Amino acid sequence: MAGKPKLHYTCGRGKMESIRWLLAAAGVEFEEQFIETNEHLEKLRNGGSLLFQQVPLVEIDGMKMVQTRAILNYIAGKYNLYGKDLKERAWIDMYVEGTTDLMGMIMQLPLQSAEMREKNLALIIERAKTRYFPVYEKALKDHGHDYLVGNKFSWADIQLLEAILMVEECKPDILSAFPQLQAFKGRISNIPTIKKFLQPGSQRKPPADDKYIANRGKCCLTSVRFHFPQLLLKYL
Amino acid sequence: MAGKPKLYYFDGRGKMESIRWLLAAAGVEFEEKFVETKEQLEKLVKDGDLLFHQLPMVEIDGMKMVQTRAILSYIAGKYNLYGKDLKERALIDMYVEGITDLMQMVMMLPFSPAEAKAKNLASIEEKATKRYFPVFEKVLKQHGQDFLVGNRFSWADVQLLEVILAVEEKIPAVLSGFPQLQAFKTKMSNVPTIKKFLQPGSARKPPPDDNYVATVMSIFNLN
Repeated sequence: MAGKPKLHYTCGRGKMESIRWLLAAAGVEFEEQFIETNEHLEKLRNGGSLLFQQVPLVEIDGMKMVQTRAILNYIAGKYNLYGKDLKERAWIDMYVEGTTDLMGMIMQLPLQSAEMREKNLALIIERAKTRYFPVYEKALKDHGHDYLVGNKFSWADIQLLEAILMVEECKPDILSAFPQLQAFKGRISNIPTIKKFLQPGSQRKPPADDKYIANRGKCCLTSVRFHFPQLLLKYL
Repeated sequence: MAGKPKLYYFDGRGKMESIRWLLAAAGVEFEEKFVETKEQLEKLVKDGDLLFHQLPMVEIDGMKMVQTRAILSYIAGKYNLYGKDLKERALIDMYVEGITDLMQMVMMLPFSPAEAKAKNLASIEEKATKRYFPVFEKVLKQHGQDFLVGNRFSWADVQLLEVILAVEEKIPAVLSGFPQLQAFKTKMSNVPTIKKFLQPGSARKPPPDDNYVATVMSIFNLN
């Protein structure tokens, strides 16, 4: 029952990347099994490993956990990255939901036509600058602490760094008007577990390229269809 | 600081409905402020009341909470509807997330273009009967208990009842292959707080109609 968590997903970021970040930041070693063919996915489905026929799947502590947020909540709780009480958890949840929305928009980009991609990229940059980053900039400025919630390292900090780096891949100077976030980025990147994860050779995955999209399209068509309604909600 | 939670949203189900269900099931009285125009929404944003410029927003325990999941998790935790430990919470989270995916499809249906509606409805029926309901049917059958997790009423039960009723509104015979879920539906509907919520005159909102769709579309400039 003890043993490293085992992650089942395609060999790319997608919805599993936030889980990789959280485990890595918590200093937890994990194994990965990459799904590269439709047959492999069907085998997992037919074997009853996927509660709702979908990945991510993380085998952890005797459970076959699915649903990204459920997995993240469990890891955060287990490794004390979820605040000290209900109210701190509420703030962490709010902050994490915000960065999840922002990263979700970016995650959709490679799946879109060139025209949609350009339009949505502009929207992402606008949202990052006017809706999301100002919130975290203000939070850090108001309390003057190193971490977002409760003066203690938490899931919210990990996810914010992940989001910052992801947006920077879209627009390298995105933090130019956010001095607190620049300092935050420097600080959190230097936390030993995170520093290690940011080095080449770690389990961090690169941004999606065309080959990954082509492959993923073959395996996971249904999840693309599902994203559609959520897409609309994210843009509201 | 004490005082009833106050819900800010449109006068319709949308993303706030699950929050209304959970508060009602927990026996918590709440107030509602309906956002009816773009100007009202913009004012909330301008006044700094909406952390990410979005609804739902719930004023509760001195916080202006946003993000549906954050709000639901807080209410579930506060009113002991979130299991007794991390593992029960994990199960509740998995079930709730699955149900939310199905609920999302139902929520978006009235916003589909006319030509896509029939197809989306068929998709809901397929996913409900092949992907989601079988999971909960099996869970209930295997442990034989009244509630989904830990032999105790939880957020997962509330949300499952909510989605069953929402899908039944569109597909009345959807539970025909699911005897456990039929029994579950009856039992949960008779939990006193839920029974009250299911009666006319409660804060429960009716299914979205054209007026609701038009309001939302106009507030977000989607028309």
